[in-house]
Amino acid sequence: MSSIPIEHGLVLSAILFAIGLIGVLTRRNIVFVLMSLEIMLNASGLAFIVAASRWGHAEGQVMFLMILTLAAAEVAVGLGLIIQMFRQFKTIDINVLSEMKG
Amino acid sequence: MIVLFYIAAVVAVIATIAVILQTNIVHALLYMVVSLLAIAVIFYVLGAPFAAVLEAIVYAGAIMVLFLFVIMMLNLGQHTRNEEKSWLTPRGWIGPSILSGILLAQLLSVMADLDHDIIPKQVGVMEVSALLFGPYVLAVELASILLLAGLVAAYHLAKPK
Repeated sequence: MSSIPIEHGLVLSAILFAIGLIGVLTRRNIVFVLMSLEIMLNASGLAFIVAASRWGHAEGQVMFLMILTLAAAEVAVGLGLIIQMFRQFKTIDINVLSEMKG
Repeated sequence: MIVLFYIAAVVAVIATIAVILQTNIVHALLYMVVSLLAIAVIFYVLGAPFAAVLEAIVYAGAIMVLFLFVIMMLNLGQHTRNEEKSWLTPRGWIGPSILSGILLAQLLSVMADLDHDIIPKQVGVMEVSALLFGPYVLAVELASILLLAGLVAAYHLAKPK
């Protein structure tokens, strides 16, 4: 046995994506929300690699590189926003942001 | 090699669940590093060594260290841990978990009748970089501009008023 059914790779990616989704919906700490977004992006990258590996292509790795770049840029901007939020509100609870006044 | 895939998959799922259940941010970050390294092992087993190395260096290295720096800057104390514990009530997470579970079940049912087998074959740096600097060179340039925009935006947003 030297082959992996493609479902197993895709199921793993779907499970990781669902865990990340639960994290985004459940947590009230904005750092955890950003981390769960990372989990979801990573799961989609895993799906690309699994699919590319089935057909022996290199395109999946190129797409993974694009996702990696996107994640890095997103984290940089998101963490800048978190720092600014902590300066203004002295908390990292996202419910505070629902006030919509300065 | 195939056994490594399943071991790493189990480690990745457990570590990822631990990330979203933690109340201490630094512990969650360390679990996240474990999960990312497990996924890097999966990439290697699937025959994508370049992606595996990038996952370990960029995700587990650079991005997680960025998180760590911000957590150090925020300087959160013990009271945030207690706050976290009071936020993580069953009433808060059961609803989202059921909805995500339904979505997951739908995804799984869509994938149920695939019958392709992966026979891992190494696709090395040569093939990937031939594509990156061949047909996808515009995407690489756009990615560099995106990173530059991210750098400028992060500098501007985090600047003290």
